[in-house]
Amino acid sequence: MTAGVPSPAPVPGDGVVEARQVVRSFGTTPALRGADLRVGKGEIVAVMGPSGSGKSTLLHCLAGIFKPDRGEVWFEGRRLDQMSEDARSRLRRTAFGFVFQFGQLVPELTSADNVALPLLLNKVGRKKAYKEAGVWLARLGLGDKGGRRSGELSGGEAQRVALARALVIGPRVIFADEPTGSLDSFTGEAVMDLLVDNARAEGTTVVLVTHDARVAAFADREVMVRDGVVTDYQQVGASRSW
Amino acid sequence: MSIPNMLLGLLEREPSHGYELKREYDTYFGRGRPLPFGQVYSTLARLARDELVTPGEVEPGEGPDRKRYRITTAGKEELEGWLATPVEPEPHLQTVLFAKVVLSLMLGRPAERYLGAQRAAHLQRMRELTELRRGARVVDGLLADHAMFHLEADLRWIDLTETRLAQLAEVVAR
Ligand SMILES: Nc1ncnc2c1ncn2[C@@H]1O[C@H](COP(=O)(O)OP(=O)(O)O)[C@@H](O)[C@H]1O
Ligand SMILES: [Mg+2]
Repeated sequence: MTAGVPSPAPVPGDGVVEARQVVRSFGTTPALRGADLRVGKGEIVAVMGPSGSGKSTLLHCLAGIFKPDRGEVWFEGRRLDQMSEDARSRLRRTAFGFVFQFGQLVPELTSADNVALPLLLNKVGRKKAYKEAGVWLARLGLGDKGGRRSGELSGGEAQRVALARALVIGPRVIFADEPTGSLDSFTGEAVMDLLVDNARAEGTTVVLVTHDARVAAFADREVMVRDGVVTDYQQVGASRSW
Repeated sequence: MSIPNMLLGLLEREPSHGYELKREYDTYFGRGRPLPFGQVYSTLARLARDELVTPGEVEPGEGPDRKRYRITTAGKEELEGWLATPVEPEPHLQTVLFAKVVLSLMLGRPAERYLGAQRAAHLQRMRELTELRRGARVVDGLLADHAMFHLEADLRWIDLTETRLAQLAEVVAR
Protein backbone atom coordinates (compact mmCIF):
# COMPACT_ATOMS: atom_id res chain seq x y z
CA MET A 1 0.00 0.00 0.00
CA THR A 2 2.62 2.56 1.01
CA ALA A 3 6.03 3.12 -0.51
CA GLY A 4 8.83 0.99 0.90
CA VAL A 5 11.21 3.78 1.83
CA PRO A 6 9.62 6.56 3.87
CA SER A 7 10.51 10.05 2.70
CA PRO A 8 11.73 12.61 5.19
CA ALA A 9 9.02 14.81 6.64
CA PRO A 10 8.64 18.07 4.76
CA VAL A 11 10.68 20.87 6.29
CA PRO A 12 8.88 24.03 7.41
CA GLY A 13 8.17 26.26 4.47
CA ASP A 14 7.40 23.26 2.31
CA GLY A 15 4.05 22.75 0.73
CA VAL A 16 0.82 22.82 2.71
CA VAL A 17 -0.48 20.23 0.30
CA GLU A 18 1.83 17.91 -1.49
CA ALA A 19 1.72 14.85 -3.71
CA ARG A 20 4.88 12.82 -4.16
CA GLN A 21 5.08 10.28 -6.93
CA VAL A 22 1.40 9.49 -6.59
CA VAL A 23 0.18 6.51 -8.59
CA ARG A 24 -3.53 5.75 -8.86
CA SER A 25 -5.35 3.41 -11.23
CA PHE A 26 -8.98 2.54 -11.81
CA GLY A 27 -8.95 -1.16 -12.64
CA THR A 28 -6.46 -1.34 -15.46
CA THR A 29 -6.72 2.37 -16.34
CA PRO A 30 -3.77 4.32 -14.94
CA ALA A 31 -5.06 7.78 -13.97
CA LEU A 32 -1.91 9.00 -12.19
CA ARG A 33 1.52 7.63 -12.99
CA GLY A 34 3.86 9.33 -10.53
CA ALA A 35 2.35 12.77 -9.99
CA ASP A 36 4.25 15.40 -8.01
CA LEU A 37 2.75 18.67 -6.84
CA ARG A 38 3.59 21.02 -4.02
CA VAL A 39 1.33 23.90 -3.10
CA GLY A 40 2.56 26.53 -0.64
CA LYS A 41 0.52 28.22 2.09
CA GLY A 42 -1.91 30.75 0.69
CA GLU A 43 -0.96 29.86 -2.86
CA ILE A 44 -3.54 29.54 -5.62
CA VAL A 45 -2.42 26.92 -8.10
CA ALA A 46 -4.22 26.00 -11.29
CA VAL A 47 -4.00 22.37 -12.37
CA MET A 48 -4.47 22.31 -16.13
CA GLY A 49 -4.42 19.64 -18.80
CA PRO A 50 -6.58 17.87 -21.35
CA SER A 51 -9.67 15.91 -20.45
CA GLY A 52 -8.82 12.52 -18.97
CA SER A 53 -5.26 13.50 -18.06
CA GLY A 54 -5.80 12.84 -14.34
CA LYS A 55 -6.55 16.31 -12.92
CA SER A 56 -9.60 15.29 -10.90
CA THR A 57 -7.93 12.13 -9.65
CA LEU A 58 -5.00 14.22 -8.43
CA LEU A 59 -7.35 16.62 -6.64
CA HIS A 60 -9.19 13.74 -5.00
CA CYS A 61 -5.91 12.22 -3.83
CA LEU A 62 -4.69 15.56 -2.43
CA ALA A 63 -7.98 15.98 -0.57
CA GLY A 64 -7.85 12.49 0.92
CA ILE A 65 -10.95 11.35 -0.95
CA PHE A 66 -8.98 8.75 -2.90
CA LYS A 67 -6.11 6.79 -1.44
CA PRO A 68 -3.17 6.53 -3.81
CA ASP A 69 -2.02 3.06 -4.82
CA ARG A 70 1.55 4.25 -4.35
CA GLY A 71 3.30 7.46 -3.43
CA GLU A 72 2.63 9.95 -0.65
CA VAL A 73 0.18 12.72 0.08
CA TRP A 74 1.12 15.30 2.70
CA PHE A 75 -1.01 17.90 4.42
CA GLU A 76 0.62 20.38 6.81
CA GLY A 77 3.51 18.03 7.47
CA ARG A 78 1.42 14.88 7.98
CA ARG A 79 0.94 11.85 5.78
CA LEU A 80 -2.67 12.12 4.68
CA ASP A 81 -2.52 8.81 2.84
CA GLN A 82 -1.58 6.98 6.06
CA MET A 83 -4.38 8.41 8.17
CA SER A 84 -7.43 6.39 9.11
CA GLU A 85 -10.62 6.93 7.15
CA ASP A 86 -12.07 8.66 10.22
CA ALA A 87 -9.19 11.08 10.52
CA ARG A 88 -9.30 11.90 6.85
CA SER A 89 -13.00 12.48 6.88
CA ARG A 90 -12.67 14.76 9.92
CA LEU A 91 -10.03 16.73 8.06
CA ARG A 92 -12.27 17.05 5.03
CA ARG A 93 -15.04 18.40 7.23
CA THR A 94 -12.96 20.86 9.23
CA ALA A 95 -9.98 21.92 7.13
CA PHE A 96 -11.01 21.53 3.50
CA GLY A 97 -13.61 23.30 1.39
CA PHE A 98 -14.85 21.81 -1.87
CA VAL A 99 -16.34 23.38 -4.97
CA PHE A 100 -17.22 21.11 -7.86
CA GLN A 101 -18.73 21.67 -11.26
CA PHE A 102 -22.25 20.52 -10.43
CA GLY A 103 -24.69 19.40 -7.89
CA GLN A 104 -23.18 19.66 -4.50
CA LEU A 105 -26.09 21.63 -3.10
CA VAL A 106 -29.14 19.90 -1.72
CA PRO A 107 -31.80 21.29 -4.06
CA GLU A 108 -34.71 21.00 -1.61
CA LEU A 109 -32.91 23.00 1.06
CA THR A 110 -32.58 26.77 1.08
CA SER A 111 -29.32 28.52 0.34
CA ALA A 112 -28.92 29.31 4.03
CA ASP A 113 -29.53 25.63 4.96
CA ASN A 114 -26.91 24.52 2.44
CA VAL A 115 -24.33 26.96 3.73
CA ALA A 116 -25.08 26.24 7.40
CA LEU A 117 -24.91 22.48 6.87
CA PRO A 118 -21.12 22.01 7.14
CA LEU A 119 -21.14 23.96 10.41
CA LEU A 120 -24.01 21.89 11.80
CA LEU A 121 -22.08 18.73 10.86
CA ASN A 122 -19.15 20.16 12.81
CA LYS A 123 -21.45 20.51 15.85
CA VAL A 124 -21.70 24.28 15.71
CA GLY A 125 -24.90 25.50 17.35
CA ARG A 126 -27.86 26.19 15.09
CA LYS A 127 -28.12 29.88 15.75
CA LYS A 128 -24.44 30.53 15.25
CA ALA A 129 -24.38 28.36 12.11
CA TYR A 130 -27.20 30.31 10.46
CA LYS A 131 -25.68 33.59 11.45
CA GLU A 132 -22.37 32.62 9.85
CA ALA A 133 -24.20 31.37 6.77
CA GLY A 134 -25.91 34.75 6.46
CA VAL A 135 -22.59 36.56 6.70
CA TRP A 136 -21.06 34.46 3.94
CA LEU A 137 -24.08 34.70 1.66
CA ALA A 138 -23.94 38.48 2.00
CA ARG A 139 -20.22 38.50 1.29
CA LEU A 140 -20.86 36.65 -1.92
CA GLY A 141 -23.61 39.04 -2.98
CA LEU A 142 -26.48 36.70 -2.08
CA GLY A 143 -27.73 38.47 1.02
CA ASP A 144 -31.30 38.38 -0.33
CA LYS A 145 -31.20 34.74 -1.48
CA GLY A 146 -30.84 32.96 1.86
CA GLY A 147 -34.44 31.78 1.89
CA ARG A 148 -34.49 30.52 -1.67
CA ARG A 149 -34.39 26.82 -2.38
CA SER A 150 -31.07 26.18 -4.01
CA GLY A 151 -32.80 24.24 -6.80
CA GLU A 152 -34.38 27.51 -7.93
CA LEU A 153 -31.14 29.44 -8.26
CA SER A 154 -29.38 30.31 -11.49
CA GLY A 155 -26.13 28.50 -12.27
CA GLY A 156 -23.98 31.43 -11.18
CA GLU A 157 -25.95 31.91 -7.97
CA ALA A 158 -25.73 28.21 -7.16
CA GLN A 159 -21.95 28.27 -7.60
CA ARG A 160 -21.72 31.27 -5.30
CA VAL A 161 -23.76 29.39 -2.68
CA ALA A 162 -21.40 26.45 -3.15
CA LEU A 163 -18.51 28.83 -2.62
CA ALA A 164 -20.10 30.19 0.56
CA ARG A 165 -20.56 26.64 1.76
CA ALA A 166 -16.90 25.88 1.11
CA LEU A 167 -15.73 29.06 2.85
CA VAL A 168 -18.04 29.00 5.87
CA ILE A 169 -15.92 26.57 7.88
CA GLY A 170 -12.81 28.73 7.42
CA PRO A 171 -11.00 26.03 5.45
CA ARG A 172 -7.22 25.93 5.23
CA VAL A 173 -7.45 24.58 1.67
CA ILE A 174 -10.11 24.93 -1.00
CA PHE A 175 -10.25 22.21 -3.61
CA ALA A 176 -12.09 23.42 -6.69
CA ASP A 177 -12.69 21.10 -9.65
CA GLU A 178 -13.86 22.99 -12.74
CA PRO A 179 -15.83 25.38 -10.51
CA THR A 180 -16.94 27.44 -13.50
CA GLY A 181 -17.36 24.50 -15.87
CA SER A 182 -21.13 24.82 -16.07
CA LEU A 183 -21.20 28.61 -16.35
CA ASP A 184 -20.87 31.05 -19.24
CA SER A 185 -17.57 32.87 -19.23
CA PHE A 186 -18.90 36.14 -17.81
CA THR A 187 -20.64 34.43 -14.88
CA GLY A 188 -17.66 32.14 -14.46
CA GLU A 189 -15.31 35.06 -14.11
CA ALA A 190 -17.53 36.66 -11.48
CA VAL A 191 -17.35 33.41 -9.49
CA MET A 192 -13.57 33.30 -9.93
CA ASP A 193 -13.27 36.90 -8.74
CA LEU A 194 -15.12 35.98 -5.56
CA LEU A 195 -13.16 32.78 -5.04
CA VAL A 196 -9.81 34.54 -5.44
CA ASP A 197 -10.73 37.64 -3.43
CA ASN A 198 -12.00 35.61 -0.50
CA ALA A 199 -9.16 33.09 -0.59
CA ARG A 200 -6.64 35.94 -0.53
CA ALA A 201 -8.46 37.76 2.25
CA GLU A 202 -8.48 34.60 4.38
CA GLY A 203 -5.03 33.34 3.36
CA THR A 204 -6.64 30.14 2.09
CA THR A 205 -4.65 27.82 -0.13
CA VAL A 206 -6.47 26.89 -3.35
CA VAL A 207 -6.03 23.95 -5.69
CA LEU A 208 -7.99 24.85 -8.80
CA VAL A 209 -8.55 22.24 -11.49
CA THR A 210 -9.47 23.74 -14.84
CA HIS A 211 -8.85 23.18 -18.52
CA ASP A 212 -9.72 26.82 -19.24
CA ALA A 213 -6.83 29.29 -19.59
CA ARG A 214 -9.00 32.28 -18.66
CA VAL A 215 -9.89 30.58 -15.38
CA ALA A 216 -6.30 29.47 -14.76
CA ALA A 217 -5.21 33.08 -15.24
CA PHE A 218 -6.79 33.88 -11.85
CA ALA A 219 -4.24 31.62 -10.12
CA ASP A 220 -0.72 32.50 -9.00
CA ARG A 221 0.78 29.80 -11.19
CA GLU A 222 -0.21 26.75 -13.17
CA VAL A 223 0.97 23.21 -13.67
CA MET A 224 0.05 20.88 -16.51
CA VAL A 225 -1.11 17.29 -16.11
CA ARG A 226 -0.47 14.98 -19.05
CA ASP A 227 -1.05 11.27 -19.00
CA GLY A 228 -1.06 11.20 -15.22
CA VAL A 229 2.18 13.15 -14.75
CA VAL A 230 2.55 16.78 -13.64
CA THR A 231 4.84 19.14 -15.55
CA ASP A 232 5.70 22.61 -14.38
CA TYR A 233 6.68 24.40 -17.57
CA GLN A 234 7.37 27.65 -15.79
CA GLN A 235 10.31 25.91 -14.15
CA VAL A 236 11.31 24.06 -17.30
CA GLY A 237 11.27 27.34 -19.20
CA ALA A 238 13.19 29.17 -16.52
CA SER A 239 15.93 26.56 -16.37
CA ARG A 240 16.48 26.53 -20.15
CA SER A 241 17.66 23.00 -19.80
CA TRP A 242 17.26 21.99 -23.39
CA MET B 1 10.04 37.17 -38.08
CA SER B 2 13.56 36.04 -37.65
CA ILE B 3 14.90 35.00 -41.01
CA PRO B 4 18.55 34.87 -39.86
CA ASN B 5 17.66 32.36 -37.14
CA MET B 6 15.53 30.33 -39.51
CA LEU B 7 18.41 30.10 -41.97
CA LEU B 8 20.72 29.10 -39.13
CA GLY B 9 18.28 26.32 -38.28
CA LEU B 10 18.27 25.05 -41.84
CA LEU B 11 22.07 25.20 -41.88
CA GLU B 12 22.35 23.24 -38.67
CA ARG B 13 20.48 20.51 -40.43
CA GLU B 14 23.16 20.44 -43.12
CA PRO B 15 25.63 22.78 -44.84
CA SER B 16 24.01 24.33 -47.82
CA HIS B 17 24.19 26.74 -50.76
CA GLY B 18 22.09 29.87 -50.86
CA TYR B 19 19.71 28.53 -53.48
CA GLU B 20 19.08 25.34 -51.49
CA LEU B 21 18.39 27.40 -48.41
CA LYS B 22 15.90 29.51 -50.31
CA ARG B 23 14.14 26.40 -51.60
CA GLU B 24 13.91 24.88 -48.12
CA TYR B 25 12.74 28.13 -46.62
CA ASP B 26 10.03 28.56 -49.25
CA THR B 27 8.88 24.97 -48.75
CA TYR B 28 8.43 25.20 -44.99
CA PHE B 29 8.02 28.85 -44.13
CA GLY B 30 7.33 30.78 -47.35
CA ARG B 31 3.57 30.24 -47.49
CA GLY B 32 3.18 32.04 -50.79
CA ARG B 33 5.78 34.66 -49.86
CA PRO B 34 9.04 33.30 -51.23
CA LEU B 35 12.28 34.64 -49.81
CA PRO B 36 14.01 36.88 -52.40
CA PHE B 37 17.47 35.67 -53.43
CA GLY B 38 18.91 39.05 -52.54
CA GLN B 39 17.74 38.69 -48.98
CA VAL B 40 19.21 35.19 -48.70
CA TYR B 41 22.63 36.42 -49.72
CA SER B 42 22.59 39.58 -47.65
CA THR B 43 21.49 37.57 -44.62
CA LEU B 44 24.22 34.97 -45.20
CA ALA B 45 26.79 37.74 -45.55
CA ARG B 46 25.73 39.24 -42.23
CA LEU B 47 25.74 35.84 -40.52
CA ALA B 48 29.24 35.24 -41.91
CA ARG B 49 30.41 38.66 -40.72
CA ASP B 50 29.13 37.80 -37.22
CA GLU B 51 30.87 34.42 -37.46
CA LEU B 52 27.67 32.48 -37.03
CA VAL B 53 28.26 30.71 -40.34
CA THR B 54 31.38 30.14 -42.43
CA PRO B 55 31.44 30.04 -46.20
CA GLY B 56 33.27 27.03 -47.58
CA GLU B 57 35.71 27.04 -50.47
CA VAL B 58 34.52 28.77 -53.62
CA GLU B 59 33.39 25.99 -55.90
CA PRO B 60 34.02 26.13 -59.63
CA GLY B 61 31.16 27.37 -61.82
CA GLU B 62 29.14 30.44 -62.67
CA GLY B 63 27.22 32.94 -60.56
CA PRO B 64 27.43 34.13 -56.99
CA ASP B 65 26.18 30.89 -55.50
CA ARG B 66 29.35 28.89 -55.36
CA LYS B 67 29.85 28.72 -51.62
CA ARG B 68 28.47 26.13 -49.29
CA TYR B 69 27.77 27.66 -45.90
CA ARG B 70 28.07 25.79 -42.63
CA ILE B 71 26.95 26.79 -39.14
CA THR B 72 29.64 27.57 -36.54
CA THR B 73 29.61 26.73 -32.84
CA ALA B 74 28.61 30.31 -32.12
CA GLY B 75 25.84 29.94 -34.71
CA LYS B 76 24.53 26.84 -32.95
CA GLU B 77 24.48 28.69 -29.64
CA GLU B 78 22.62 31.57 -31.21
CA LEU B 79 20.06 29.17 -32.67
CA GLU B 80 19.66 27.33 -29.36
CA GLY B 81 19.01 30.60 -27.55
CA TRP B 82 16.40 31.65 -30.08
CA LEU B 83 14.54 28.34 -30.01
CA ALA B 84 14.54 28.10 -26.23
CA THR B 85 13.35 31.64 -25.54
CA PRO B 86 9.57 31.99 -25.62
CA VAL B 87 8.28 34.51 -28.09
CA GLU B 88 6.97 37.71 -26.52
CA PRO B 89 3.31 36.85 -25.93
CA GLU B 90 1.45 39.13 -28.26
CA PRO B 91 -1.09 38.59 -31.00
CA HIS B 92 -0.01 37.55 -34.49
CA LEU B 93 3.01 35.48 -33.66
CA GLN B 94 1.82 32.32 -35.42
CA THR B 95 4.48 32.42 -38.12
CA VAL B 96 7.45 32.53 -35.83
CA LEU B 97 5.94 30.00 -33.43
CA PHE B 98 5.29 27.68 -36.30
CA ALA B 99 8.85 28.14 -37.61
CA LYS B 100 10.27 27.27 -34.21
CA VAL B 101 8.20 24.13 -33.95
CA VAL B 102 9.13 22.94 -37.44
CA LEU B 103 12.83 23.65 -36.94
CA SER B 104 12.86 21.96 -33.54
CA LEU B 105 11.35 18.84 -35.08
CA MET B 106 13.72 18.92 -38.05
CA LEU B 107 16.69 19.12 -35.72
CA GLY B 108 15.43 16.47 -33.31
CA ARG B 109 15.01 19.00 -30.52
CA PRO B 110 12.17 18.69 -27.96
CA ALA B 111 9.47 20.82 -29.56
CA GLU B 112 7.00 19.92 -26.80
CA ARG B 113 9.21 21.55 -24.21
CA TYR B 114 9.47 24.65 -26.30
CA LEU B 115 5.68 24.74 -26.62
CA GLY B 116 5.36 24.19 -22.88
CA ALA B 117 7.60 27.16 -22.15
CA GLN B 118 5.59 29.23 -24.62
CA ARG B 119 2.36 28.19 -22.92
CA ALA B 120 3.80 29.29 -19.57
CA ALA B 121 4.80 32.66 -21.05
CA HIS B 122 1.31 33.11 -22.49
CA LEU B 123 -0.39 32.20 -19.23
CA GLN B 124 1.86 34.60 -17.38
CA ARG B 125 0.71 37.37 -19.70
CA MET B 126 -2.93 36.32 -19.22
CA ARG B 127 -2.42 36.48 -15.46
CA GLU B 128 -1.10 40.02 -15.75
CA LEU B 129 -4.05 41.02 -17.89
CA THR B 130 -6.51 39.34 -15.53
CA GLU B 131 -5.02 41.27 -12.63
CA LEU B 132 -5.15 44.48 -14.62
CA ARG B 133 -8.75 43.87 -15.59
CA ARG B 134 -9.88 43.24 -12.04
CA GLY B 135 -11.13 46.60 -10.86
CA ALA B 136 -10.14 48.33 -14.10
CA ARG B 137 -12.28 50.95 -15.78
CA VAL B 138 -14.47 49.55 -18.51
CA VAL B 139 -12.26 50.81 -21.36
CA ASP B 140 -9.09 49.29 -19.94
CA GLY B 141 -11.00 46.16 -19.10
CA LEU B 142 -12.21 45.77 -22.67
CA LEU B 143 -8.74 46.32 -24.09
CA ALA B 144 -7.33 43.72 -21.74
CA ASP B 145 -10.12 41.37 -22.81
CA HIS B 146 -9.21 41.83 -26.45
CA ALA B 147 -5.62 40.84 -25.76
CA MET B 148 -6.81 37.90 -23.64
CA PHE B 149 -8.90 36.46 -26.46
CA HIS B 150 -5.93 36.56 -28.81
CA LEU B 151 -3.66 34.90 -26.29
CA GLU B 152 -6.31 32.29 -25.71
CA ALA B 153 -6.44 31.56 -29.44
CA ASP B 154 -2.66 31.11 -29.45
CA LEU B 155 -2.94 28.75 -26.51
CA ARG B 156 -5.48 26.64 -28.33
CA TRP B 157 -3.17 26.46 -31.28
CA ILE B 158 -0.31 25.43 -28.98
CA ASP B 159 -2.48 22.66 -27.47
CA LEU B 160 -3.55 21.44 -30.88
CA THR B 161 -0.02 21.52 -32.27
CA GLU B 162 1.19 19.53 -29.30
CA THR B 163 -1.20 16.73 -30.18
CA ARG B 164 0.01 16.82 -33.80
CA LEU B 165 3.76 16.85 -33.20
CA ALA B 166 4.30 13.24 -34.23
CA GLN B 167 2.49 13.82 -37.52
CA LEU B 168 4.37 17.03 -38.19
CA ALA B 169 7.69 15.36 -37.39
CA GLU B 170 6.98 12.81 -40.11
CA VAL B 171 6.32 15.52 -42.65
CA VAL B 172 9.51 17.45 -41.93
CA ALA B 173 11.71 14.36 -41.65
CA ARG B 174 13.98 13.51 -44.53
N1 LIG C 1 -14.15 6.41 -11.02
C1 LIG C 1 -13.49 6.05 -12.11
N2 LIG C 1 -13.60 4.83 -12.63
C2 LIG C 1 -12.90 4.45 -13.72
N3 LIG C 1 -12.03 5.21 -14.38
C3 LIG C 1 -11.86 6.47 -13.93
C4 LIG C 1 -12.58 6.95 -12.77
N4 LIG C 1 -12.18 8.24 -12.56
C5 LIG C 1 -11.29 8.53 -13.52
N5 LIG C 1 -11.09 7.48 -14.35
C6 LIG C 1 -10.16 7.46 -15.49
O1 LIG C 1 -8.91 7.97 -15.09
C7 LIG C 1 -8.37 8.84 -16.05
C8 LIG C 1 -8.18 10.23 -15.46
O2 LIG C 1 -9.45 10.77 -15.14
P1 LIG C 1 -9.67 12.16 -14.44
O3 LIG C 1 -8.77 12.27 -13.27
O4 LIG C 1 -11.12 12.31 -14.19
O5 LIG C 1 -9.18 13.16 -15.58
P2 LIG C 1 -9.50 14.73 -15.81
O6 LIG C 1 -10.09 15.27 -14.54
O7 LIG C 1 -8.18 15.31 -16.15
O8 LIG C 1 -10.45 14.81 -16.96
C9 LIG C 1 -9.32 8.80 -17.23
O9 LIG C 1 -8.85 7.84 -18.14
C10 LIG C 1 -10.62 8.37 -16.61
O10 LIG C 1 -11.41 7.69 -17.54
MG1 LIG D 1 -11.98 16.16 -14.21
